[in-house]
Amino acid sequence: MNAELGQADAAPEPVLEATGVVKHFPVQRGIVVKRTVGHVQAVDGVDLKLYAGKTLGVVGESGCGKSTLAKLLVGLEPPTSGSIKVLGKEIGNLSSRRIRPVRRDIQLVFQDPYTSLNPRMTVGDIVGEPFEIHTDVIPRDKRAKEVKELLDMVGLSPDHVNRYPHQFSGGQRQRIGIARALALRPQVLVCDEPVSALDVSIQGQVINLLERLQEELGLAYVFIAHDLSVVRHIADEVAVMYLGKVVEHGTSAEIYDHPRHPYTQALLSAVPVPDPDLRGHREEIVLQGDVPSPINPPSGCRFRTRCWKATEKCAEEVPGLDVGDKGTHPTACFYAEERDVTHAVK
Amino acid sequence: MAENVRVVGDTLPGADLNAPLLEVDDLRVEFRVRGKRIPAVRGASFTLERGRTLAVVGESGSGKSVTSQAIMGILDTPPGYVTGGEVRLHGVDLLKQGEETRRTVRGNHIAIVFQDALSALNPLWSVGFQIGELYRVHRGTSRADARKRAIELLDLVGIPDAKNRVGHYPHQFSGGMRQRVMIAMALALDPEVLIADEPTTALDVTVQAQIMRLLKQIQDDRHMGLILITHDLGVVADVADEVAVMYAGEVVERASIHDAFKRPAHPYTKALLRAIPRVDTVGRELEVIPGLPPNPASLPSGCPFHPRCWAADPEKCSTEAPPYEEVAEDHRALCHFAKEVYRDER
Repeated sequence: MNAELGQADAAPEPVLEATGVVKHFPVQRGIVVKRTVGHVQAVDGVDLKLYAGKTLGVVGESGCGKSTLAKLLVGLEPPTSGSIKVLGKEIGNLSSRRIRPVRRDIQLVFQDPYTSLNPRMTVGDIVGEPFEIHTDVIPRDKRAKEVKELLDMVGLSPDHVNRYPHQFSGGQRQRIGIARALALRPQVLVCDEPVSALDVSIQGQVINLLERLQEELGLAYVFIAHDLSVVRHIADEVAVMYLGKVVEHGTSAEIYDHPRHPYTQALLSAVPVPDPDLRGHREEIVLQGDVPSPINPPSGCRFRTRCWKATEKCAEEVPGLDVGDKGTHPTACFYAEERDVTHAVK
Repeated sequence: MAENVRVVGDTLPGADLNAPLLEVDDLRVEFRVRGKRIPAVRGASFTLERGRTLAVVGESGSGKSVTSQAIMGILDTPPGYVTGGEVRLHGVDLLKQGEETRRTVRGNHIAIVFQDALSALNPLWSVGFQIGELYRVHRGTSRADARKRAIELLDLVGIPDAKNRVGHYPHQFSGGMRQRVMIAMALALDPEVLIADEPTTALDVTVQAQIMRLLKQIQDDRHMGLILITHDLGVVADVADEVAVMYAGEVVERASIHDAFKRPAHPYTKALLRAIPRVDTVGRELEVIPGLPPNPASLPSGCPFHPRCWAADPEKCSTEAPPYEEVAEDHRALCHFAKEVYRDER
């Protein structure tokens, strides 16, 4: 993939790169004469880089813009501004027809396996549908065989091609969704909460499947989830989002063991740990209130309304996502400071 | 809120205050659908004392919500029928009481908080009216007084500006605030037992932490018994005193919180704990429970967990129903090999 010949040990190109991505949805009033009264600032300046074979976890609470980000990355929504490159090709400003060939390289796995599969189509038709759209990928007579191979790859019986989605359990349906996403042999899979609708015992099966596929096919994942323990298990790097912005970005160990942003610390401390011995022995940060509306986010730092460290400066200036003097990884806070919230304290 | 001293016998004739607060004994519930009988709860037993928290853990379809509905007496009949067992409150079997007594018990003695506050609240009435309704119907309070009480309760559950919020409608509240309204409603008549059915499943982690803290604090203040129904083992480890693990309609293990997590005696409990992604599973494959939870309409013979069990004896477990083995004081498991699993010898 390296265009520059003779530079074998040069830094590899990212398979997915987002720079300054912004998505604002207009809020409109009026039925006949529509006027725009504001904007939902769903994603507001996000930079990401993802390399082949790696997993980037994106965590945050509902309304932080992580699902909008997923749609932007696969080109389902055009960004308001900023650039998204898949394998070096810009997709941000392409028309829906021109975007189609690029989309082969980046596919989406949806959250809800109950609504993302058409109940009137057989599993074979669902998994084979990408070939109907991208007709030049595989000749028609070989498609049925390819669909069976895909089902086999995700751990479903190839004999089930003629069954309908309702005949499968939640975990099996999610496997069907994964098979469909893999049909065009993409390089990048964007998984939007792929296991949150599943029971614990089934979650593990799907996570193991995703990890196995990554190893076998060299896939890169953007793994969007609100379950921090799942993300820790699967991700190499983690971006923490709050109200449309990335507030902290680092390796899994940096984020989980050395969190520096107050929001990351609060988020981690709020996750209950399945160990009764840690009860009362962990630092507890209980945030006040709810996430503010993205239509009218707070000035300056967006987290300041719920932050215990906030000062006047936070209301006036927007903190940049910087490494800072003492830091190890980018954190968007003026008062970033490491604090251990996941381990037992005295 | 100073009426904590009250006479239980007034609303529950025959109550024996020396008996345990709530005893569920061999409860059986089945659904009758198109001439078929489908067992949903097949003999659930547990005891709840004042001031204690019992967590009922299980995956979807394990019968945990049906159990709580049967205790409350709000099972949809048809198709659901209680076919056996007892639910004793202060020694009085509720299942033998007439509808009038049961209605008095609901709210006054046992109250429930549902998972989905948006569908549990009536969208057409203000939250103040809905909370006040409890006082008007159960206590014959005047509208003005009921409204005053509603404000007190909203204040108690931490809704800011309760005086103005009391006239707002459910859709004007955020998810976490709506769940607080639900809790306020459940607390209105000062119940002795609070059943929380997945109270935080629909909420973000930071809000979940707020709600769990509120529930615990109210429980401590009022010395209530709390039944927490959940699939989140992290939440269980954080708040419960005792655990009942349900699988295929049965309580397969009952233990103190420490024993359940540190020395489980049922292979299912053990496997469930191992399936959670943890710090030490990073970079390794998750241990998963193979297969799927069984369909209640066609349960496997013998022990219903045997097809997925890592400890099963192919002959014994597929033919004989397992005994309820006592492995230690107040620690029982429904398994042929409970003792061996408990001692880590199998």
